[in-house]
Amino acid sequence: MSSAPDLDLLPSDVETALRKTVRALLADRCPTAAVTAMYDGDRSLAEALWPALAADLGLAGLLVPEAFGGGGASAVEAAAVLDELGRACAPTPFLTSSVVATSVLLSCADVDVAREALGSIAAGDRTAALVVPLSTGPDASLPSITETDGLLSGAVRSVAGVIEADLMVVPVRTPAGVAVHLVESAAAAIEPVVSLDMARQLADVTLDGAVGRLALADGEAAIRSGLLAGAGLLASEQAGVARWCLEQTVAYLKVRRQFGRVVGGFQAIKHRLADLYAEVEAASAAARYAAAALAASEDVEIAARVAASYCSDVAVHAAEEAVQLCGGIAMTWEYPAHLYLKRAKADQLAWGTPSAHRAALADVVNLVVGAPPA
Amino acid sequence: MTIDELRRRVAEFLAANDPGTTDRTDFLRARYDAGLAWVGFPVGHGGLGADQALQPEVDRLFAGVGAPDNDPAANGIGLGMAAPTILAYGTEEQKRRFLGPLWTGEERWCQLFSEPGAGSDLANVSTRAVRDGDGWVVNGQKVWTSQAQNARFAILVARTDPDAVKHAGLTYFLCDMTDPGVDVRPLRQITGEAEFNEVFLTDVRIPDTQRLGSEGEGWRVANTTLNNERVSIGKGGERETGMIGRVARTWREHPDRRTPQLQERLLRLWVEAEVARITGVRLVQKLADGQPGPPEGSVLKLLFARNAQELSGLEVELLGEDGLRYSDWTMVRPTHVEFTGRDAGFRYLRAKGNSIEGGTSEIIRNIVAERVLGLPAEHRADKDRPWKELAR
Repeated sequence: MSSAPDLDLLPSDVETALRKTVRALLADRCPTAAVTAMYDGDRSLAEALWPALAADLGLAGLLVPEAFGGGGASAVEAAAVLDELGRACAPTPFLTSSVVATSVLLSCADVDVAREALGSIAAGDRTAALVVPLSTGPDASLPSITETDGLLSGAVRSVAGVIEADLMVVPVRTPAGVAVHLVESAAAAIEPVVSLDMARQLADVTLDGAVGRLALADGEAAIRSGLLAGAGLLASEQAGVARWCLEQTVAYLKVRRQFGRVVGGFQAIKHRLADLYAEVEAASAAARYAAAALAASEDVEIAARVAASYCSDVAVHAAEEAVQLCGGIAMTWEYPAHLYLKRAKADQLAWGTPSAHRAALADVVNLVVGAPPA
Repeated sequence: MTIDELRRRVAEFLAANDPGTTDRTDFLRARYDAGLAWVGFPVGHGGLGADQALQPEVDRLFAGVGAPDNDPAANGIGLGMAAPTILAYGTEEQKRRFLGPLWTGEERWCQLFSEPGAGSDLANVSTRAVRDGDGWVVNGQKVWTSQAQNARFAILVARTDPDAVKHAGLTYFLCDMTDPGVDVRPLRQITGEAEFNEVFLTDVRIPDTQRLGSEGEGWRVANTTLNNERVSIGKGGERETGMIGRVARTWREHPDRRTPQLQERLLRLWVEAEVARITGVRLVQKLADGQPGPPEGSVLKLLFARNAQELSGLEVELLGEDGLRYSDWTMVRPTHVEFTGRDAGFRYLRAKGNSIEGGTSEIIRNIVAERVLGLPAEHRADKDRPWKELAR
């Protein structure tokens, strides 16, 4: 077993300040009632929130190098942002545009069109999305958009962040493998679908002879590493979701009374919350380690999959515990726990399921099944 | 003090004390006197007042030249629990008398805390210490005392004031295990061996100079010890060490026994072990940064106990017909305790103690819920009444 690198897991001053700024903005601009309204078709929150984060705070190009006009920050700062977005269950395309699409584009950065795209993302002028189903993990088969006479055709279901995007990063099947093309969203049919998590609403994308600009002819590795980075950093959003669920539940159970006493005083409840606290602490450590590994380009294959598989399940567990322990009120539309349950459950599938990440780990850490018993 | 300065001191020390020719005890005493025993301790007490995080590098340098070590595994209670407590509460005279032989291993230590009636409710100890001239006379029964048969001294919590409420009536002592009133009897456990003992104390005399902290302050002193225990039980190290390392090895050595179902469980536990390791690394970094640690140490102990228990259970299943065998039920008294030692059956049985020793998982959940999450405390019938009036 290879030894793990020494990575600093404590937040830097920059990270702490960034987190504080994002939290303050979300507290002010992202009330849970407005997130709930998205389920009834009111997307005004999403439309107002992203410009504030992208342009006012300059987060859209956080991972874009300064040479291309971006923030030149690392995965560690992106993780701090995602943790806060998770806490607020905020509807933004930060994960899809500023993390996943940006990561793929960074692998194409010796091509002019990709550099231009990164520059316009960093300026907050454009928002990008990788056109794969949200459930696509780093090891999954990629969708089969094809190219005929220079025009792209095909359909991809359940794409995240594409409603908000004006630039699509499209994997295109070629005889040699998978190429990356850039396609204007206006050249595609984008059909929003009713989604489990309406704060990250999906859409079906259909290309019918669309014009694409080639960004990378041999792009499979770039796409897979972008998905792995996405999974590793999504873990921070999941840690934020889990932390909110724990804190909100503890706060509620300190005031909710039954049998003449606060419900949080019953040992059956206290022990479940203590176990959840342990899981949430561990999830935040795992997510931070994955971010540090991505920032240092060390141990990424293990760190990202450990964080993705662990934090996915912890976020779901935390949201399910929030619903159960808060009781009847958590089944209401008014109480925000359901927003986090829907986010957590959808996130569990995003960029690969926990099982898929664990299965991939088996090869990396040499715990394969190998030949079945004779 | 920088790491380079420490390296220079180690090199100078080794030049003056050839590990190949110097007597083992002389070598260790000299290392202590040079402040290279535990560099985070103060000058004069085996340290240099340096950052304790530099200790592994110092140990590595000594190990690298084949220098004799102090066999830390044989004196875990002394090094991990007694020493930090003596450092925190001891008088200069106590530190001078006890810390040196403790570190060199010339005097090993054990812990006389738990009693038949004081397990999770540790503050309920009924072993009595009664003032007698310039000392104390102690009577009572202790249990779960590992290494008592090899220990020269013990850290002891006894009741000195039965009229006080229970937490306030305790005092902490350093007890000489060679006193004729100390009777050590092996306590055989579910593995077949006796890692622990029962210790019966009959008119044991302890001079007042071996009281650690003030009279009535024993609970506070004991908590210093226990917090060190929880941190040391749960600390993360290298990847794939401890139980996961052992079980992963078994998996790799037995391709014929692998199934996809067992693999899914193993991978889940591998991930949990790795996450616990990362959480431990973060805790060590927080402690080095001066941030408080005990709640997270408790979290780690919860994670560690569950992970070790599930892994060791999985290993028995993985081994199939071999998992049905057991190495040896003979009653022995091991000098070195190794949770991952011997065979899979032993590991499975021994790991059951991980959620009981050093604070049960249930008590730790209470502590986390009350002290970290701020939830209401459990009802306490024993709170504001003198200890002697409590029902037992």
